[in-house]
Amino acid sequence: MSRHRQTIAVLALIGIAIATYLWLHAIGVIGVLKCGTGGCEIVQASPYARLLGIPVALYGVVGYVLLFGLSVAGARPALAARAWPTRWLAVLSGAGFLFTLYLTALEVFVIHALCRWCLGSAVVITAIFVSALAGLPRKT
Amino acid sequence: MNRFYVLLGIVAAVAVGLLVYSAKQDTGGTTARGANPAVTITAQDSAFKGYVLGSDSAPVKVVEYVDYECPICAMFATVQFPTIRDQLIRTGKVQWRLRDYPLPPTTHRWSRLAASAVACASEQGKAWEMIDALFDHHDWALQKSDPTDVFRGLAKDQGVNVDTWNACLSSDRYAGRIQASVNAGDALGVNGTPTIYINGRELEGANRSSDLIQHIADSIIAARKK
Repeated sequence: MSRHRQTIAVLALIGIAIATYLWLHAIGVIGVLKCGTGGCEIVQASPYARLLGIPVALYGVVGYVLLFGLSVAGARPALAARAWPTRWLAVLSGAGFLFTLYLTALEVFVIHALCRWCLGSAVVITAIFVSALAGLPRKT
Repeated sequence: MNRFYVLLGIVAAVAVGLLVYSAKQDTGGTTARGANPAVTITAQDSAFKGYVLGSDSAPVKVVEYVDYECPICAMFATVQFPTIRDQLIRTGKVQWRLRDYPLPPTTHRWSRLAASAVACASEQGKAWEMIDALFDHHDWALQKSDPTDVFRGLAKDQGVNVDTWNACLSSDRYAGRIQASVNAGDALGVNGTPTIYINGRELEGANRSSDLIQHIADSIIAARKK
């Protein structure tokens, strides 16, 4: 169980880096995203790049930080045998996975542009969700 | 367990390093970013204030700093601008001034060439035709090869005399004028494209819809009538 949480911690750290990069761009600290296709700028400039007035990337930062904190805490010996950290990781990453699915659908069907960094984050949150599901205790 | 924390530390260090590197690359100051000391700027270059659409008497003056290679600029030009042109510029509410702000070649390799292509078309009174053509056929921005031939074809399609345009482009005689525009943008704090100023105030945020610009323009006009 601890191994799954360690994997999630590393993935969440990568997710924090990606989301922070996009967030720094959204608030103007980073001028142009290194994207290759230009799709990142189109996606980030679309009205869907903000939710309730807040850059979507910031929700990503917060989500990944929660996943990181929970997975690191859950990987410590004191909590390693407990099942609840993995359950919460599954719930949180499941919500993140669904949100990412929605954002990716927007990119494909509405914005008609793909942001590589967003897709990178989608891969990370999917891997976290799968790891969390794999780490859930099985009923015997 | 120790190996786990070492791995976390390595990933964190790499991530922080890349983020700091990216941030430093882009925040070297807008003046440093746009500066091009090799170009000489004359008083005539500085006197040029961009390509204008609309009446001088329009109550709302908009200035847009643009990079022709920028995908967001192209999206704005092709999706939002036709409505703005029809409903705000042609109705005399808004005067639109487009100024060159080519990003550095490390970001957009062909931006200055595109700006020169527009400047050379402007000699023949075809600036806006060329601007529209560059944005309408924006595939050139996704190709790695030199787009001069594409620009030439677009210029020809707009009725530009290609021989004169070729000579102009080869001379690079508008380099100073383009740089003067970049410097003017730097002085205002332009840090990306498109950057839009409405009666001197920057339109902030990612929303640059025609609806929003119309709303702001109508608000300005309504406030003037009071």
